[in-house]
Amino acid sequence: MVRIINFVFIIFFLSLVKAYSLIEIDITRGNLDPLPIAVSPLFQDDNSKKNSINELKIENIGSEISFVVENNLKTSGLFNPLSKEAFLQKPDIAHLKPRFEDWALIKAQALITGKVTLENKKLKVEFRLWDILAGREMMALAFTTVPTNWRRVGHIISDKVYERLTGEKGYFDTRIIYVSEEGAKTARVKKLAIMDQDGFNTKYLTLGNELVLTPRFNPTSQMVTYLSYFKNLPRVYLLDIETGTQEVVGDFPGMTFAPRFSPDGKKIIMSFAKDGNSDIYTMDLENRIVERITNHPSIDTSPSYSPDNQFITFNSDRSGFQQIYVMKSDGSNVKRISFGKGLYGTPVWSPRGDLIAFTKLHKGKFYIGVMRTDGSGERLLTENYYQEAPSWSPNGRVLIFYRETKSNDKGEGFSAKLWSIDLTGYNERQVQTETDASDPSWSSLLSN
Amino acid sequence: MNFSKSFRNTFLVILLSLIVSACATKKTTTTVEGQMQGDVYTGTDTVKYLADGVPDRVFFATNESILTTKSRDTLRKQANWLRENSSINVVVEGHADERGTREYNLALGERRANAAKDYLITYGISADRISVISYGKERPVDSGSNPLSWSKNRRSVTVKAN
Repeated sequence: MVRIINFVFIIFFLSLVKAYSLIEIDITRGNLDPLPIAVSPLFQDDNSKKNSINELKIENIGSEISFVVENNLKTSGLFNPLSKEAFLQKPDIAHLKPRFEDWALIKAQALITGKVTLENKKLKVEFRLWDILAGREMMALAFTTVPTNWRRVGHIISDKVYERLTGEKGYFDTRIIYVSEEGAKTARVKKLAIMDQDGFNTKYLTLGNELVLTPRFNPTSQMVTYLSYFKNLPRVYLLDIETGTQEVVGDFPGMTFAPRFSPDGKKIIMSFAKDGNSDIYTMDLENRIVERITNHPSIDTSPSYSPDNQFITFNSDRSGFQQIYVMKSDGSNVKRISFGKGLYGTPVWSPRGDLIAFTKLHKGKFYIGVMRTDGSGERLLTENYYQEAPSWSPNGRVLIFYRETKSNDKGEGFSAKLWSIDLTGYNERQVQTETDASDPSWSSLLSN
Repeated sequence: MNFSKSFRNTFLVILLSLIVSACATKKTTTTVEGQMQGDVYTGTDTVKYLADGVPDRVFFATNESILTTKSRDTLRKQANWLRENSSINVVVEGHADERGTREYNLALGERRANAAKDYLITYGISADRISVISYGKERPVDSGSNPLSWSKNRRSVTVKAN
């Protein structure tokens, strides 16, 4: 299965200027005026170039890393990376001391420069972030890692730049686990797949022999929980993506589904269906103790913990229709929080704690939206024929979900794709996947 | 004069064709209605038979797991057949249409399969001869995205297990 290359990186704080800078990005509103930024190719000397061709079959690793950074920043919707063709200064000289006038001339407000050295099977990357208007360095960092980790270096640089300019953690050095889909709608083949957040390095974790659904990351480790129909017994499984080992969660005499980890990673919360009635249960991963959380003749499913582990939001039709509820994590104090028109499902608590994202079905349309944890301030971010299952980026700024298209009467024209949208409702974009895809789940930051 | 007359005629033709097409639309709806009662599928397109005259499936209304009169009739036939063939065990598969969230649909499919199972039990079939499995919206029989297709997919299907 997926082996995560043991990733060691050392950060040398070459200098960390905490001085007040002119450039700052407000990410709490839709950003219609993304920050013009120049991402200079990272300089690479001739010796490193030779090694990089030998070891990675890539001629200019410095340039490739800068493309990773550029693409991440662009995708965030907060930055407008400028065309490299307009750059006047060479990468090596710019990295030492940029001529700020030259960069100001092409309207850049920030500049990223860097240098890569590939020697003795080690990749050393330095980078600097410059404030063009103030004419000074904002940040300088260096990493050392194994050469094959070069894309991750690009993601880490992106996270550092994002954090320095927005004041919040980034989400680029992360992965998405999802369900890859192929074949006719009536006989869909589904596999677990994992990829970098930018769609690269896709790996398939199951072969497609059995139906698999709803994979979710453990926020604290490289574990995944998901639903598998192995031997035609739909049960919640636990998968270690580093070792590939997997096991059934608990010993339930019926279907378990809708699993999710608690934010501390110590429990799995899920539904167990008995005699047609689904209730919410938890299992402690250390002592294997199973607890029943809800006990109601209605359907109780799609549970999700608050980041402090104190509350649970879930989906229930106890009012007659699918609505969203919040309760204490011991199952007491159940309160309905969704009261708008239509049906509500798939509540997920934001990692910041203040919002719950959901799917809403109203008059034949599906919406992804957010509301405060008491149900107030409902905001619909996107409307479509079919979309559901939002998952938060680790910084709580972006939601990823899947969208299906309508098929015609012959069943043609069907597709399932991943999409992302900012919490602001702006920057809606398709996330590229090798195959059709659904049920995305965003990992925590891999480094930091 | 001539022009305005021909114009009027054209207008009439357009009007007539509109009426005709309106009728055509109406007609299609009636055909659909012929296969659905409310939004429960009543046709036989997808139905298979466990034995002569014993349909394998029953259909449900949107978001419902209530058995219709016709469904109960079908399940009584299944119960009779199961009584006569006491060595046969069955799996009741519960399904939902594609217009719901995946996890809720899994629960709904489970609820539908159990509604059918419970009815079979009421008619004397031992619970240990019937297992259930929910596929939610994962295994539609009709891949269309229209009310008729969805009605065929909201179903529970009794399948021989051995």
